[in-house]
Amino acid sequence: MVFEPSAELKQFLETIRKFVEKECYPVEMEIEEKGEVPEHIIKGLCQLGLFGVTTPTEYGGLGLSIIDYCLILIELSRTNAAVRSQITTNNGVGSKGILFDGTEEQKKKYLPSLASGEKMASFALTEPGAGSDASAISTTAVKKGSNWAINGTKYFITNAPRASIFTVLALTDKEKRARGGITAFIVEKGTPGLVIGKIFKAMGNVGSKPAEVIFEDCQVPEENIIGGPKMVGQGFRTAMKSLNEARITLSASMIGFAERALKLARDYAKIRVQFGKPIAENQAIQWMLADSATEIYASRCMLFDAAARVDAGQKVDAMCSMTKVFASEMLCRVTDRSLQIHGGTGYIKESPIEHLYRDARMFRIVEGTSEIQRMIIARDVLKD
Amino acid sequence: MKIGVLMKQVPDTETKIRIKDDASGIVVDGIKWVMNPYDEYAVEEALRIKEKKAGSTVTIISMGPKRSVETIRTGLAMGADSGILIDDPALEGADCYATAKALAKVMEPENFDLILCGKQAIDDDSAQVPQMVAEFLGMPQAMVIDKLVVSDDGKKATCYRRIEGGAKEVLEVDLPAIVAAEKGLNEPRYASLPGIMKAKSKPFKEINLGALGLKAEEVGAKGAKLKVKKYFLPAEKAPGKIIPGEPEDAARALVKMLREEAKVV
Repeated sequence: MVFEPSAELKQFLETIRKFVEKECYPVEMEIEEKGEVPEHIIKGLCQLGLFGVTTPTEYGGLGLSIIDYCLILIELSRTNAAVRSQITTNNGVGSKGILFDGTEEQKKKYLPSLASGEKMASFALTEPGAGSDASAISTTAVKKGSNWAINGTKYFITNAPRASIFTVLALTDKEKRARGGITAFIVEKGTPGLVIGKIFKAMGNVGSKPAEVIFEDCQVPEENIIGGPKMVGQGFRTAMKSLNEARITLSASMIGFAERALKLARDYAKIRVQFGKPIAENQAIQWMLADSATEIYASRCMLFDAAARVDAGQKVDAMCSMTKVFASEMLCRVTDRSLQIHGGTGYIKESPIEHLYRDARMFRIVEGTSEIQRMIIARDVLKD
Repeated sequence: MKIGVLMKQVPDTETKIRIKDDASGIVVDGIKWVMNPYDEYAVEEALRIKEKKAGSTVTIISMGPKRSVETIRTGLAMGADSGILIDDPALEGADCYATAKALAKVMEPENFDLILCGKQAIDDDSAQVPQMVAEFLGMPQAMVIDKLVVSDDGKKATCYRRIEGGAKEVLEVDLPAIVAAEKGLNEPRYASLPGIMKAKSKPFKEINLGALGLKAEEVGAKGAKLKVKKYFLPAEKAPGKIIPGEPEDAARALVKMLREEAKVV
């Protein structure tokens, strides 16, 4: 299978590459030091239309396929992970619930401003006691007249400090839980009782600002249930659908990071002279580069195959998990080798491989740990 | 306002230039072609004027081989309205004079109110075409401009440029005129995907010398006033020297070297 993007998309990918090299590379250290992605980068992402890549054109997006979005993410992920994080909630978990299961009014109300990047979306599922076991959430929503009152604390919520629109998963029936007891709500910034708590200082992905989101008797009207009142109790399915797609798109980012790490290693190996010759002439270095290139290629093949299947409407949860687990572990090996090739230089903060190495570690944890992915894969293998 | 922008496709600034074995030119295989960066400022400035003045149009004009179409499309994707490419095998080997003559000829019937271009193309770095085009068209010219203000009535342009000693020179020209952009004029925008999609259906025409009413002898290699004898790469730069020691001693050693080795003081 050879996948070739359209001429227009190719030109756009070229534009993104230029944006990354010209605008993002010069501020990489600033992002690491200040823990914030500069405003002009976010504006640039808006101008390029990157907040609504897969949003249908009728809601103001670019209406591209998942495979096209993957190509875009590969390009955009050749810099700090936090840059891609800016757009991934609006393109993914932050908007997909509304797109998949929302009412027409909700789609019209929220999707255009998310697609333009005017507003940022955030997805609030994870809690201190509910990570891999997402159905163990303890945030509750109780009906009070025509409103629902939400109480609880969400954890590690990406883009929360900037977000205007939150998709919040809350228990509406403690007995039923994942099977009809969890509901997805849209909560807008400024709703009384919605408080952004602590912003976590993470090891990598610096600048993405994962934060605590606290709900204290936060009351939202019934029309804010994703899909309307008939969808009470159906939120867990909505969330899982959004997450499945995210596994594929996240894998695309990992390939972008890995390609950058390999390029850094290659460039360094060619100019670093020891014992009178570039270290790239040593077989030990060559094998590391060869292994990295091979594993990146394998990940690319998996990604494009799985993404094409998702676009074709096939149910390929296991393939999405296989791609995610393989690509994330590949990324850790590739960044580790690249750092090794850089030697002491790579261990210094000014070196891009230093933050790439830290960023990489996140991907074996987020959007389903390697262990959860293997559980999904094994379930699929054992099912017959 | 009717604005024309002269644009040239050039090798990407990161290209590692290789010379052909017979020294007649550079090896173009594998080169990534981009819009001349100074022309990007010109396109951006044209678009900004267009956004301010309702009913304005921006046309991109380029001379070069077929592949230049892609770069014109980049300009259309940024927001320009139409494009013209002069492409003719007989133009191979055209120098600045011949290029300017052909460009002027194609622009004559367009009656532009303002022509923008980069101050120079980063491939040959001649910085001669804009001035020659102005002469052929009989228009005022303002070169190396880093700030441009078009009057509300669209009749005049005030152009600013940096000159020696950190001073600014301010030129006022009657329009139509040709203005060549310097770095700092603006920050060019990126072509968005909707822009790229729209560019496909924007008017674009390719014309050859016949259609322009020019003969190959006038504008091709034969019409060139300048002949390239050979291309060669600059000599590799010798590595720098670090003079160790206390500042006073190092300075003394430096002066000695400048006097005796470099013979510049």
